[in-house]
Amino acid sequence: MTTPKPRIGLFVTCLVDFFRPTVGFSAVKLLEDAGCEVSVPAAQTCCGQPAYNSGDRAGARALAEQVIALFETFDHVVVPSGSCTGMIKMHYPDLFSGEPDWRLRAERLAAKTHELTSFLVDVLGVAPLPINWEGTATYHDSCSGLRELGIKAQPRQLLSAVEGLAVREMRDPEACCGFGGTFCVKYDEISNAIVDRKAADIRATGADVLLSGDLGCLLNIAGKLKREGSRVEVRHIAEVLAGMASGPAIGETRK
Amino acid sequence: MSGGLSSVSFPKNAHAALANPPLLKAIAHIEETLVSGRRRAIDALPEFEALRDAGRDIKAHTLKHLDLYLEAFEKKVLEAGGFVHWAADAAEASRIVLDICQAAGARQVTKGKSMITEEVGLNAFLEANGITPVETDLGEYIIQLRAETPSHIIAPAVHVNKEQVAADFRRVHTNLDPRRNLDEPTSLLSEARGVLRERFLAADVGITGANFLIAETGSTVIVTNEGNGDLTQILPKTHIVLASIEKVVPTLEDVATIMRLLARSATGQEMSVYTTFSTGPRRAGDPDGPEAFHVVLLDNGRSAMLGTEFEDMLRCIRCGACINHCPVYRSIGGHAYGSVYPGPMGSVLTPSLHGLEKSAHLANASTLCGRCESVCPMRIPLPKMLRHWREKEFERHLTPKKARYGLAAWRFLATRPRLYGMVTRFAAWGFARFAGKKGALSQVPLAGGWTRWRDLPAPEGGTFRTEWAKRGRK
Repeated sequence: MTTPKPRIGLFVTCLVDFFRPTVGFSAVKLLEDAGCEVSVPAAQTCCGQPAYNSGDRAGARALAEQVIALFETFDHVVVPSGSCTGMIKMHYPDLFSGEPDWRLRAERLAAKTHELTSFLVDVLGVAPLPINWEGTATYHDSCSGLRELGIKAQPRQLLSAVEGLAVREMRDPEACCGFGGTFCVKYDEISNAIVDRKAADIRATGADVLLSGDLGCLLNIAGKLKREGSRVEVRHIAEVLAGMASGPAIGETRK
Repeated sequence: MSGGLSSVSFPKNAHAALANPPLLKAIAHIEETLVSGRRRAIDALPEFEALRDAGRDIKAHTLKHLDLYLEAFEKKVLEAGGFVHWAADAAEASRIVLDICQAAGARQVTKGKSMITEEVGLNAFLEANGITPVETDLGEYIIQLRAETPSHIIAPAVHVNKEQVAADFRRVHTNLDPRRNLDEPTSLLSEARGVLRERFLAADVGITGANFLIAETGSTVIVTNEGNGDLTQILPKTHIVLASIEKVVPTLEDVATIMRLLARSATGQEMSVYTTFSTGPRRAGDPDGPEAFHVVLLDNGRSAMLGTEFEDMLRCIRCGACINHCPVYRSIGGHAYGSVYPGPMGSVLTPSLHGLEKSAHLANASTLCGRCESVCPMRIPLPKMLRHWREKEFERHLTPKKARYGLAAWRFLATRPRLYGMVTRFAAWGFARFAGKKGALSQVPLAGGWTRWRDLPAPEGGTFRTEWAKRGRK
C-alpha cells in the first residue's frame, strides 16, 4: 500500500450514541472495509442543531466550537445523518460571521464533512463488501439529506447492490416525516398528522422494512408504526449495508 | 373564522382543524390538483431551473433600486392619464380607496381577487362606510357569502366542499328555484355567474390587485382564470388598483419571464386563462375601459424589510407553491394560521406586517423540511428566514420559558463531555431496562408530546461511546 489510509473522524451524533449504537458500529465497519482508518473522538456530544433551529445562536456556536476543535485534524469527518451533516456543512460557517479565524476553521471543517452514504459513493467511490439480506425495503429521504445535501441516488445505489433486497418506492418518499427536531413535541398534534401520512405511504408499498439515513426520522416513524401495531421493521441504512441488521430493529427486542 | 388575526392561538386553531374531517378532506385535494399539476408543467419545461434564476435575479435587482423603479412607474401612470397614491399602511390605503369611491359617488363596488385588499381589511372598511363590495372571483365570492377569510392565497375557498357551496347559494340566492340542480361544480359556477353578471353592470367602481406593475410602461397586470378581473376593471367608470410596492418590475420583458414561472408554480398551467394589462384610463377611440384609473401603492412594513435578512421575501410572486407543498399547511389548512397569508410565505411575512409578538408561533410551527424553498420559483430561502424569526424571538426573550430552560440545560450538559457521558450512559441504561422486552415505551415522563401519538423506541442499552471504549478503541 503506497498511499496512507484516509483518517476519518466519525461523528456518531447524539441520537445514535444514545439510542442506536449499532448504527455507529455499522458506519465504522463500512468505513474500515473501504480502507479508512476510523477514530471516534470520545468528547463528542451534540452538533448544536437543536439550539440553532430554536434561535439560540450562542448555544449553537458553543457546540460548534467544540465540534470544530475535536474534528478539524482529520482528513474527513463522516456522519451517519443527513441532518447533522447539514448542520456542520451548511450552517456552521454562518455561526461565525464577523469572526474570520473561526469562520475559516468552520469552512474548512464544512468542506471535509460528509454524510455516510454520500461519502461512500461520492468521495470513496467504492462499493461496500457484497452482502445478502432478504426482504423488501422502502426508503425515506430525510429532508436535510435530500434538500440540503442532494442525497437521493447514493443510498439507492448502495442498496441496489444488496443481494436479495428489493426496493419499492413510496408514492412520496421526499415528504417530511414530521419529526423536525423539537417540532415533534412542541406541535405534537400536527407532527402526528404528518407522520400518520408517512406511515400510510409506507404501508401502501407493502414493504417489510423502512430504511433511512437519519435516526431522528427513524425514531419518529418507528414510534408511529409501533403504536399502530404495524409489523414493518425500521432500520438505519448503514445497518443493512454493513451486514449488521440481524439484531432487533428500532423499537423492537429480540423475538 | 372571520374577524381579527388569531395567530396567538395557533395550537388551538390547529387542534380544531385536525378535528374537522370535511376540512381535511378538502385540503387533501391539493395533492392531486395543484401539486401534481405543477410537477407535470415543470417536467415539460426543461429550462425551468434557469428561469428560476432569471426570475430571482430580476426581482433582486428591482429591490436594490426599488425607489427608482417606483418613481419611474408613477411617472408613466401619470403620463397615461392615471393617478398614483402612496399608502404607508393599511389604514391609509383603505382611506384612500374610500375617498376615491366617495368622490365617484359609489354605492356598489366590484372586486377582482386581491390578497392586498384582504391584508388591509378593505371589505369591512367599505361596508362600515356604506359601500357594498362584491367579490367576483368564484372562490372569493363563496367565502364572502360565508363571512370567511381566504384559507389559501390562490385558492381562497380550498377549504370548502361543493355541498357546502350549494347550501350557501340556496341560503343567499333567495330567488333560486329549489329544484335547480347544484350538484356539480359547473352548475355552481353558472349559478354564481348569473348573479355576478348583474353586479358587474351595477358597479360604480371596480377594484383589482396587481400581479405586476411595470416601470417601463406604467401598466398594471392581473392574471385570472375566470375573466372576472376584466369585467371588474372595464365596466365601471372608475378602476382602482391596490398593489404593494414590491410588485414593480422594470420592463415588459421581465413580466414575460416571471409569468412563465407564475402559473406553472401556482396551478400547473402554462399561463392563466386571462392576462390583462391596464395602462391608464380609456383613451379616445378605445372601445371600452374606465374613465378614471387610480393606483394605490401600499407599503405596510415592506420598505422596512429592505436591507434586512427578510428582503428576499419581497421577491415573492404569490404563486402559493410553498403553501401547497408544506406538510404543516397540508395538515391543518390556512385558517389555523390566524393570519392573512398562510403557510411558509405567510409565516415569514406575517411577523413583518403585524409584529412578532402576535405571530411567534408561526415561525416555530415548521419542521424546516425545506420543501417550500425547493419549489419556490423565486428561490426564496424560506426555512432560513423562519429561523431568523426564531432568532429574533430568542433575542427578545419571547421564547417560552420551558424551551429556554431546556436549551440552557442541553447546552450546559453538551458542553461538558464527561458529565454528558455519565448522564447519557445512565439514562440509556435506565430507559432500556424500563422498556424491558417491549423495545419501546408508550409513556415517558416529560415526553407526553411524543408518547401521546407514538411509542418511544428504547435505547439499545449502552451508549456508543461506552461500547466503543469497552472495545479499547479511540
